[in-house]
Amino acid sequence: MLTRRIIACLDVHAGRVVKGVQFVDLVDAGDPAALAARHAREGADEIVLLDITATHEGRQTLLDTVRRTAKELFVPFTVGGGIRTAQDAEQVFIAGADKISINSAALADPALIGEIGKNFGSQAVVVAIDARRAAIQLDARRDPEAADPIRNAQVYVQGGRRPAGRTVVEWAREAEERGAGEILLTSMDSDGTRAGFDCELTAAVSEAVRIPVIASGGAGTVGHFADVFTRGKADAALAASIFHFGVSSARSLKEELAQSGIPVRLPC
Amino acid sequence: MRVTVIDYKAGNLTSVLKALHYLSAETVITDSDLAPIEQAERIVLPGVGHFAATQRLDDTGITPAIRAAIARGVPFLGICVGMQWLYAGSTEAPDHAGLAHFAESCTRFPEGAEKVPHVGWNSLAPKSSSRLLAGITDGEYVYFTHSYKAPVTADTAAAAQYMEPFAAAVERGNVMGVQFHPEKSSETGLKILRNFLELPC
Repeated sequence: MLTRRIIACLDVHAGRVVKGVQFVDLVDAGDPAALAARHAREGADEIVLLDITATHEGRQTLLDTVRRTAKELFVPFTVGGGIRTAQDAEQVFIAGADKISINSAALADPALIGEIGKNFGSQAVVVAIDARRAAIQLDARRDPEAADPIRNAQVYVQGGRRPAGRTVVEWAREAEERGAGEILLTSMDSDGTRAGFDCELTAAVSEAVRIPVIASGGAGTVGHFADVFTRGKADAALAASIFHFGVSSARSLKEELAQSGIPVRLPC
Repeated sequence: MRVTVIDYKAGNLTSVLKALHYLSAETVITDSDLAPIEQAERIVLPGVGHFAATQRLDDTGITPAIRAAIARGVPFLGICVGMQWLYAGSTEAPDHAGLAHFAESCTRFPEGAEKVPHVGWNSLAPKSSSRLLAGITDGEYVYFTHSYKAPVTADTAAAAQYMEPFAAAVERGNVMGVQFHPEKSSETGLKILRNFLELPC
């Protein structure tokens, strides 16, 4: 039976994990390679490494980090952050990533999705979407559709600071048509709240496309994961700070999910 | 252990090479030179992407070289599209023939109940007689990402289930294929690759 995936996310700056994990027992809490290996060992189904270094000089450091992290990692490994061109993507793949994640570069040049997919396969291209529910429009009484915060949810760029002028569901559909292999959907409204994933928005995107949707943003309890897999129809969920949720590892998160009837891969 | 890895310019070899090196195999990569195939101790054909990419195997003369190696009994492992290529063909590229070592053809998952592609960790039901899957127990998980699949037949070494049963692994003599990615399937995947590397050649 196909299982729901728990994906561990590492935010990396200048070769070190900068947030997402504050696990007191972990001595080398800042090393991406050590953390990725640990997450994989404890049952994370995939590892995502997001580079938040915005500088050009940071690229070589990133490639070195990807190489070191990938070296003994035998679960799918996605790298995102700062990938602007097919050449950037190629370097990251050669360094050992199985998938790349693109966000604003794909919005600026949607053809990039197909370009990377042509050489590395569409399974290797994850399109990340930062989403915010729409504010209720003033003319909502005249046009009920304009009042639908899900249907009108907006795509944001620059870390959620600037609207891209696209609705989320329509952009997800276009990304799929252009050859995206998966959608990584982050709810900016939920991110950091620990009040739960945006299940309605996730379900709307998941039902609009045929490719897998990874939900991100808002997890605070094991129950939130169960919710996003059932109500939210998510195929996978990103646990950016999995150790903050009152569970000590991917393993215990999954054991609890299994008890609530969610199919998960329990590590042996 | 030396492994000849075929590069037909579809996707990325890094992960497969990394796993083979981790298991202490020495790798020789070829994208057109036939000598590493003619002298191969064992052959791995990785692959992601479109079935039509295997056209390059015909264009470079690699197809007959592989056929000859298989006839000599050289252990062969196709991964993902590399497994599908062992069949007669695929509806993904109807005009392009596979090796036809297995007579059946690959088809797309049906549209409907579930998403296509099939992406994620799914469980195996291995046959106890499989040498490739020796030591793999029923229900162990491996990582899949594909939209096309081979049917379950007498040569199926392990079936998996996604809307319908399909061949997750195929094996006849020393010719083997896996639809999943052993190089991305954690300990279970490494065990399978190790089994392949330890086949007598």
